[in-house]
Amino acid sequence: MSLVSIRDVRKSFGELEVLKGVSLEVAKGDVVAIIGRSGSGKSTLLRCINGLETYQAGSILADGIEVGGLHANLRELRRHVGMVFQQFNLFPHLTVAENVMLAQTVVNKTPKKEARDTAAEVLAKVGLSEKMDAWPSQLSGGQQQRVAIARSLAMRPKVLLCDEITSALDPELVNEVLRVVEQLAKEGMTLILVTHEMRFARDVGTNLVFMHHGKVHETGAPKEVFAAPKTPELQQFVAGTGH
Amino acid sequence: MTYKLQFAELLPYWDVLLQGLIFTIILTLVSTAAGIAVGTAGASLRTFGPKWAGAIVTTYVELIRNTPFIVQLFFIFFGLPAAGVMLSETTAAFLAMTINLGAYSTEIIRAGIQAVPKGHVDAGVSLAMTKWEVLRHIILNQAFRKIYPALSSQIIIVMLGSAVVSQISAQDLTYAANFVASRNFRNFEVYLLAALAYLLLAMLTRSLLRGLGRVIFKAK
Amino acid sequence: MLQFSFWDILSNLLIATQWTIVLSLIAFVCGGVVGLILLFMRVSGVTPLEWFTKGYIEFFQGTPLLMQLFLFFFGIALFGVEVSPWMAATLALTFWTSAFLTEIWRGCVDSIPKGQWEASSSLALTYIEQMRYVILPQASRIAVAPTVGFSVQVVKGTALASIIGFVELTKAGTMLNNATFRPFLVYSLVALIYFCLCYPLSWGAKKLEGRLNVAR
Ligand SMILES: Nc1ncnc2c1ncn2[C@@H]1O[C@H](COP(=O)(O)OP(=O)(O)OP(=O)(O)O)[C@@H](O)[C@H]1O
Ligand SMILES: [Mg+2]
Repeated sequence: MSLVSIRDVRKSFGELEVLKGVSLEVAKGDVVAIIGRSGSGKSTLLRCINGLETYQAGSILADGIEVGGLHANLRELRRHVGMVFQQFNLFPHLTVAENVMLAQTVVNKTPKKEARDTAAEVLAKVGLSEKMDAWPSQLSGGQQQRVAIARSLAMRPKVLLCDEITSALDPELVNEVLRVVEQLAKEGMTLILVTHEMRFARDVGTNLVFMHHGKVHETGAPKEVFAAPKTPELQQFVAGTGH
Repeated sequence: MTYKLQFAELLPYWDVLLQGLIFTIILTLVSTAAGIAVGTAGASLRTFGPKWAGAIVTTYVELIRNTPFIVQLFFIFFGLPAAGVMLSETTAAFLAMTINLGAYSTEIIRAGIQAVPKGHVDAGVSLAMTKWEVLRHIILNQAFRKIYPALSSQIIIVMLGSAVVSQISAQDLTYAANFVASRNFRNFEVYLLAALAYLLLAMLTRSLLRGLGRVIFKAK
Repeated sequence: MLQFSFWDILSNLLIATQWTIVLSLIAFVCGGVVGLILLFMRVSGVTPLEWFTKGYIEFFQGTPLLMQLFLFFFGIALFGVEVSPWMAATLALTFWTSAFLTEIWRGCVDSIPKGQWEASSSLALTYIEQMRYVILPQASRIAVAPTVGFSVQVVKGTALASIIGFVELTKAGTMLNNATFRPFLVYSLVALIYFCLCYPLSWGAKKLEGRLNVAR
């Protein structure tokens, strides 16, 4: 059974239709890499999956929870669907540990001590054990993004959404973040990533989704799709990115 | 609530209320013009004038900003005659409002002047402009553009504050409302109507000032 | 007729000043509480709540405080309740203060980057939790200076309570003036006392603002 099931989702901002009937099935352990031109609707799709945007038609089921609709249980949904943003969005008034502990203590009502142990564990996983008590502003971009990943992991999500999480980073900091994501993939975490890192999409992804004009234009196993793109649009896109 | 609101009983007094409203509008218009003139002079003096003049301006600004308008009004209307300066209610009201807005606009305009880059002044001087020309065409022009919204809000605040001049019997809208209330005892109705008139006036003034700003600063 | 010495006048004014301070404190604290509730409504994203707060703010910022005092004074009486100047002044000043504080604080909340809302949303925090743990702690740092600055307006605003008969500093001044016929002295002293109350607050607000700008 699919962990995330997207069926014919349509989404408009006013007049502009951004998603024109998107369908996608994501099974447990999948690493789905979404690629596509700027404006093709990648971020919008991701944001729909955890209810940051509403959509007008179709359905999204994540971990069995219906996302859309008036009475959607977004709180329950978001406990199981984590998200990492391009701009990190760490809470600047909280230390690294507090950033990671916040949702655990507030949402899950985990005792402070236990939450801190979890924080230590996930921060170790992203290689930032020694930064527990640092402030976000004292960290490099790559470190901040790794804290953001740890912050999501602390909720033990069933699926993690990543929207161009290396795009705001200096080139030399990209790899440290990608290595963390790769490690998560190896451990079996279900990931849906929007990315411009084509090599990463090919090497780490289990599924590739090429979005074009608000639709899933082509999809398949990354290595095969990259080796032999079927549609002219993807051929052009792949050629344009130099792979 | 068993009480029935009786707005009809205000009708016979419509002319009194209208006169009050007109007085309030004129009072606001005149003291706005005079107050901004005072503020411009104050801000220029404080930024470019001699030290002692700046100190006087600062004292004036702080004294006014840190005391209630009603006390300023009473001081001018009741206090000054004791020192030999007699003023009519209307003159005292105009004077108090001007002095009050003058202090606030000094502070607002000064902030605008300080935001003008030094290089612009040098550029003006290098174009052989005199001190006055630089002040008028370069500094104040830019300063006003910047602080226009803040100044607009202050004008509305002063307009609303003018209700207090009724307390020295200057015949503004609030005075008229008091008068009507003393005749027909429909206190709540009169004050509600007056409040709505002020509200309308405030909203109108805001959009007028916004439109005016677009016309004046249309360049850029 | 009673003879009033300078010290009599001053001590009477200072006694009345206590009521100015009490009224200011009550208006500021109650106005702050109401303002905080309104702030939650104002930025909730729930259209009817936002419209209500916008209307509320428009009314209390767009009409004279004096009119609000009159409306409360005569309005409550319509319900058959005995109104004291004290009650009318407290209510009017509270609502008036809350409108301004809500608007000031909304500006501070709006200056928090949208990403903070999104990140906390994605971590399953509810709206109230987002405000409590993420938005308000950040917004309140920016809000301190303008809030202190507005407290000066509250102190000055209490002077209008004199018009509906509440005996505070300004009313005491008027009464002493009627008794002594020394308006220049009396109103100078009244102004001076207000200045001593307000100037430290203005000064503090300016310092706080400066500190914040340096910190950035
Ligand atoms: N809040 C919004 N209001 C109006 N239009 C929006 C909004 N968010 C996105 N859009 C529009 O929707 C379209 C798709 O945006 P989206 O961010 O999903 O694209 P994307 O594929 O993620 O692009 P990029 O690679 O640049 O991030 C764009 O045309 C964008 O301008
Ligand atoms: Mg995007």
